[in-house]
Amino acid sequence: MTHELTIGFLPLVDACLPILAQEHGFAEEEGISLRFQRDVSWATVLDRLLYGHTDAAHMLAPLAIATTLGRGRPAQPLAAPFALGLNGNAVTVSLDLAAEMELGDGFGDPLDIGARLKMAAERRKAAAKPLRFGVVHRYSSHNYMLRYWLAGCGISPDDMVEVVTIPPPFAAEALANGEVDGICVGEPWNSIAVDRGVGQITLATSQIWRRGVEKVLALRECVLDERRDAVEGLIRAMRKAGAHFLNPDNWDANATILARQEYLNAPADMILGAISDRIVLKQHGEPVHFPDFMFQYSEAANFPWVSQAQWIYTQMARWDRTEILPDEVVKVAHVFRPDVYRSALSGTGDILPGASSKVEGSLTQPTAVTAQQGNITLSGNQFFDHRVFDPDDLEGYLASLK
Amino acid sequence: MMGMRIAIIDDSAARASIIEEGLAEVEGCEIFILSGRDGLLARVAEIAPDIVLMDLGNPSRDVLEEYFAVSRALARPIAMFVDQSDDEAIAASVDAGVSAYVVDGLAANRIRPLLDLAVRRFNAFARLQTDLAEAKGKLADRETVDKAKRILMDSKGITEPEAYGELRRKAMSSNRRISSIAEAIVTAHELLGDQG
Repeated sequence: MTHELTIGFLPLVDACLPILAQEHGFAEEEGISLRFQRDVSWATVLDRLLYGHTDAAHMLAPLAIATTLGRGRPAQPLAAPFALGLNGNAVTVSLDLAAEMELGDGFGDPLDIGARLKMAAERRKAAAKPLRFGVVHRYSSHNYMLRYWLAGCGISPDDMVEVVTIPPPFAAEALANGEVDGICVGEPWNSIAVDRGVGQITLATSQIWRRGVEKVLALRECVLDERRDAVEGLIRAMRKAGAHFLNPDNWDANATILARQEYLNAPADMILGAISDRIVLKQHGEPVHFPDFMFQYSEAANFPWVSQAQWIYTQMARWDRTEILPDEVVKVAHVFRPDVYRSALSGTGDILPGASSKVEGSLTQPTAVTAQQGNITLSGNQFFDHRVFDPDDLEGYLASLK
Repeated sequence: MMGMRIAIIDDSAARASIIEEGLAEVEGCEIFILSGRDGLLARVAEIAPDIVLMDLGNPSRDVLEEYFAVSRALARPIAMFVDQSDDEAIAASVDAGVSAYVVDGLAANRIRPLLDLAVRRFNAFARLQTDLAEAKGKLADRETVDKAKRILMDSKGITEPEAYGELRRKAMSSNRRISSIAEAIVTAHELLGDQG
């Protein structure tokens, strides 16, 4: 019997794994058939998930947590048994701001760029025209990574600059018409802004946190329980799709599939840039190879580390100015479901970490870690400011950021 | 019923006016239609609506939700339609493709009839679009069949009923629709130019 699952997504490169799982027959091998529901706002992706139009969705990890905690709407427990990828976003600034900051050609050093940005931000603040940055959603890793970087460079995100929400399809337009001075958005939208000659890519979010959590596959908890077999099949199919995605022989074909109207409806060459980690930073520039740009498969990238959900929770408390509450900590830890991930892949040849939580940002070089299955080496996962996040001390970490 | 201010945010002018027409039946409603992205939040603040209706396909939903969540510009904060007892009504509106945001404290018995109306109007608009697409398709089919008949008549020197008969026979024997046979003939003719 074939299990049918409908998956909601926003047209972004990191929606690739379920799409490629279906297109290359990996889903079929697992006895599942996927249908896709494309939308243009996270609010609608979430509504469709909550009201059963979709069974699972490509979702911002912080939004899955916010929904579970009932931020902004009644609480609905969501479950995320699979991370759709790490990083893959960038900060793109307007050409005016790039000139003011005297940006170079490549990806710069986050501290150096931050220092230049701070001077620009101070000038604009003094002129009562504070710099404004667009992020895709307030409950997004884009928002949290941008704010983490700004604050770490001495630029208070709520006092010295403004951070507003801009839907990704309008990001380039908003840069062009001066509505915002910078955007933090996923691909292909940075590349589109560059291609149109309205922005320069300044920083990849992986330079802020080298292995930061990005989108997850989210389901209602009750749907996960009811459709457990199908979901585990989907997890296996997406792991195969990830291996396929990583292989350079498949890059062109995969970019062509993702470019299609029913998926990303975007130029294949720009999608190819993200897939191959070769990013054009300014108009007519040469692509810059940055292997850490996005992580869809390697180093157990899809494993839902509970510590990453907890890091998000500390940032939520930091910027929503709320307390760390013990019952919320328990709920947050339960959103990410490594148990389901393990169950799906146990007995396959795939790698499985031994732990479900880790100290984030502590690895400065490739390190072999204990595995339940296979051999795992994790490479450096630092934050740009070399802080370390210990999931056993959320309050201490939050206090240290103030 | 006390006057209620309803903002309809929709980039489809046709759909917005269909909803407006429906809501106009409700006494004491003041309706504002907004479209586009420029200055959207400022206009919402100016109108200070009690209810905001927005189609699910509108890319500005996240912007609006953030504004409702953090803005203190509105005298009364707007929330999602949060009354759990009316979950059914929200489900129906999501099914119809409309999201509703309601100011805090507005009684459910005042919201429900409006939401029901909006849902009916949204559904009516969706049906209208399907009908229109079907009608357009039929019209295009007929044009193609006419073209194919003329090609057959000219190239084989047969009458119109005979040409139609040939199309029909071919369609039946190959288990395809007449319009798709006609399309194949028209395409072939275009490729071969005036040779026929």
